[in-house]
Amino acid sequence: MRSSGQDQQKVISIWQKLHIDLPLLLGILSLMTLGLFIVFSAGGQSIDIVYRQAIRLGVAIVVMLAIAQIPPLSYRKWAVPVFILGILLLVAVLLFGHVGKGAQRWLDLGFMKFQPSEIMKLIVPIMIAWFISQDNLPVKISTILWAFILVLIPTLLIARQPDLGTSLLIASSGIFVIFLAGASWKLISICIGLGSAFAPILWMFLMKDYQRQRVMTFLNPEQDPLGSGYHIIQSKIAIGSGGIEGKGWLQGTQSQLEFLPERHTDFIFAVFSEEFGLIGVAVLLAVYLFIVMRGLWIAVNAQHSFTKLLAGSITLTFFVYVFVNIGMVSGLLPVVGVPLPLVSYGGTSMVTLLAGFGMLMAISTHRRFHT
Amino acid sequence: MAPRRIIIRNHSSEANLFARRAFIAFAGVLLLLIILFSNVYSLQVNSFEKYQTRSNSNRIKLLPVAPNRGLIYDRNGIILADNKPIYSLAVIPEDVDNLATSIQEISTLLDISADRQEKFFKAAKRKRRFKQIELQPRLSEQQVALFSVNQHKFPGIFIDARLKRYYPFSELTTHNLGYVARINRKDANKLKRQGKFENYAATHGIGKLGIEKYYEELLHGTIGHQEVEINNQGRILRTLSYTPPVQGKDLTLTLDIELQMIAKRALSGKRGAVVAMNPRTGGILAMYSNPSYDGNLFVHGISSKNYKKLLNSKDLPLINRSVQGYPPASTVKPFLALTGLEEKVITESTKIWDPGWYQLEGLPNKYRDWKKWGHGWVNLTKAIEQSCNIYFFDLAFKLGITKISTMMERFGFGDYTGIDIHEESRAIMPSVSWKRARYNKPWYTGETLSVGIGQSYWTVTPLQLTQAITTLVNHGERKVPHFLKAIKEVTLDQEGKAHSSLEDIVYEEQAPLVLKQNKHWDIVLKAMHNTVQKLGATAHAPFKGAKYDAAGKTGSAQVARIKQNEKYDANKTQENKRDNAMFIAFAPYQNPEIVVAVAIENVAKGGGGANAAPVARQIMDQYFGNREITSSIDYSSSQVITTSEQHNHQSHFQESD
Repeated sequence: MRSSGQDQQKVISIWQKLHIDLPLLLGILSLMTLGLFIVFSAGGQSIDIVYRQAIRLGVAIVVMLAIAQIPPLSYRKWAVPVFILGILLLVAVLLFGHVGKGAQRWLDLGFMKFQPSEIMKLIVPIMIAWFISQDNLPVKISTILWAFILVLIPTLLIARQPDLGTSLLIASSGIFVIFLAGASWKLISICIGLGSAFAPILWMFLMKDYQRQRVMTFLNPEQDPLGSGYHIIQSKIAIGSGGIEGKGWLQGTQSQLEFLPERHTDFIFAVFSEEFGLIGVAVLLAVYLFIVMRGLWIAVNAQHSFTKLLAGSITLTFFVYVFVNIGMVSGLLPVVGVPLPLVSYGGTSMVTLLAGFGMLMAISTHRRFHT
Repeated sequence: MAPRRIIIRNHSSEANLFARRAFIAFAGVLLLLIILFSNVYSLQVNSFEKYQTRSNSNRIKLLPVAPNRGLIYDRNGIILADNKPIYSLAVIPEDVDNLATSIQEISTLLDISADRQEKFFKAAKRKRRFKQIELQPRLSEQQVALFSVNQHKFPGIFIDARLKRYYPFSELTTHNLGYVARINRKDANKLKRQGKFENYAATHGIGKLGIEKYYEELLHGTIGHQEVEINNQGRILRTLSYTPPVQGKDLTLTLDIELQMIAKRALSGKRGAVVAMNPRTGGILAMYSNPSYDGNLFVHGISSKNYKKLLNSKDLPLINRSVQGYPPASTVKPFLALTGLEEKVITESTKIWDPGWYQLEGLPNKYRDWKKWGHGWVNLTKAIEQSCNIYFFDLAFKLGITKISTMMERFGFGDYTGIDIHEESRAIMPSVSWKRARYNKPWYTGETLSVGIGQSYWTVTPLQLTQAITTLVNHGERKVPHFLKAIKEVTLDQEGKAHSSLEDIVYEEQAPLVLKQNKHWDIVLKAMHNTVQKLGATAHAPFKGAKYDAAGKTGSAQVARIKQNEKYDANKTQENKRDNAMFIAFAPYQNPEIVVAVAIENVAKGGGGANAAPVARQIMDQYFGNREITSSIDYSSSQVITTSEQHNHQSHFQESD
């Protein structure tokens, strides 16, 4: 008994030393593995696409592990300057950005294209968590107001690009910090009220035509089944026709015969549900729930309010990805360009996501040494 | 750095607050996951069948497969309507790497006109993805060969073979077979009304005329289906199931193409028609209308220039004259004589005096015979042999129009014969009620006299004439003229092997025309026999030397009206107002095997004997070949009439206006 206890102690300490949170890593790796299989199926069964994705995943894991080595409290030193730099880059994107797919999102640095909004996904929660954690919790109204402004600046800059998906994620990452910091329920109700009042203004003045079109399509996709409604209709057909057991891996007709658009990226959930059915969906959602639970566990056990808020925000933002993506693919939400985290094919957001998990691991494993 | 505020933190209360908030957040996450899951549950479980159906209808397409059209043969198995592969050059633009240069190169190779290329690019802009577009229709064999050698250089460009109708005898058979041409909107609407449109989903052509139209249902067959899986762009990935089409039935006709050729040759340079029929069955042996036209032109879609040419030709090649009405003239005299016998107005020995003219009591008009000084005493036989008008003026007057029209209708005049093509005309059998309905005028006795020599309003089609003689030679047994002899039935045996057999068509028996006295038939038939066999009779010369024993009756129909005291002279009459020549015949006299009717329009000189009878002679010569059927009656001692007159025995007459 004693020796085995010692072994266990030793094992834990190895992961600890490597700054790896094993349950989180297992959750992440299982989703990634699943993702590779579905990408293979959705990408026309091309092994090339799987290689490319695997390389990206490898890079992202390296980034995660590297970030996990950095003591989390040291982020605080960098919060303000990096935040300011980020805002400047966003302004630069609007001024000189590279136009692609009808939006200005990239800065062309000559050797690579760079999307500053991705970095803001990490900087904003760090910034807000730092800003709020300077004071005692629960957070004061005045702090909340300032925090709101800090969130609003990058959110609006990104929404201008326009990139509704990312601005939504960034806004939620900031708002989650405020919520977790104990913003009063009264304030929350007022904000929800204001938000609903703001919606018509958003609709009338701030949304672009194509965004309004997306919302209209979401409300009634059958209105234009071959045009804007095509994505969501085909996606629902894919999910629905999967049934309980699914059509089997590589057997999904909607995806294999290419009726489903954006199969290996934003709509990969539809491919998965078609081929693996309701049983597969239940398993997938369970893995996501497990990761969220682990993230919140890390947050609750973090020893500083900064790391608590940061870990909580990263975890909940991760869930926003899941909810928005699955909600959109299954017809609950309008189509917003958000990938299914850890499963969808694609580079930039994957690296950002894993960088976030790196921070979670750092928060989880560095706490013994930092108070 | 600004001096920092010292904060006294209550770590445990902060941790508790955070834990509470984290728990609420977790509850929220759980709630949202439940919402997601129940939504997916409703899609995958509650609406599973709906989405499964939609998923299948996305990917599974039924491709119609056209049946091959049945072939048409003549009575000896010679093919009259064939299906010939037509090769066209087709392109699937999505499969071509560089469309513009590929089209340029292939056009240079196969000499495709710039016009075609332009048409192609226009079509390419409008079409659906992965649909083929025709670049060049109807490739020559040379082009096919040239392309086949170079095919590897042109991915996405290929030869598309399709069966098209082909009539090897072109204009020889067009009026009978009709033709197949592209299904137009009118056809489509008709098919939809009949509920047959689905069966034509893959079919390009439909029978427009003649046998092709009449037997469309037999010839077309039943559509097959190929169930295929397609991708989102409509590209076919694999076949899931295949229901083969049921090919159209092959038809064998009663038509003898060699006889048809003779008919064409005999009518060459003339406007007219000939119908030859087997009186025992009603099967049409030959039916030809001159001039004709090439039905193949319509199969590929006739150019408007060619169509205008056909439409505006003064010879009216589009009209099937075999089933159009002509004044029958003297060819109907045997039928009128029979009516006289039946109605007891005359007997075989009734004689009248022919001074060369006939006059109704109390009227000034003289109805003239074709022979100026008359035939003298004339009985029934002589009246038919010599085609004496005066005898038939008298007979018609005695019968009256009603008795005539009633009997003639029993022979089928003025009604459809029921032949298996739709182009038939009823022609006109005039009667008191007909004139009332048509002109709202009473019937005049003078008109009855004209009817007595097959003129006035009376028109008959050559086909009606053949049907009427058939009834005559059969002693009242009536036959429905028809083309269809047999249908090829294909049956599958237990091993799935196809066996074909010819199923002869059995036509329904018709109610016979019963006379009060059966010998009346023979009196009239004998007179017709005399007409051909007796030296000096009106149709003797054309059948001189024939090895078979023929009988017949000539006729010359006046087309233009001639005023009182005016004399007809073909040379001074406009071509299209000249007389028509008519002739009916059957052979052999005993147990006839063939009946023939001939109509020739606007002949330059002479009448039915000189112009129409030789056509019938050629047909019969071909039909009997070397068979020798001698007459049992000897005419060598018969009276001789000056032969110079027999060529001009026209039934001209004058009537009051």
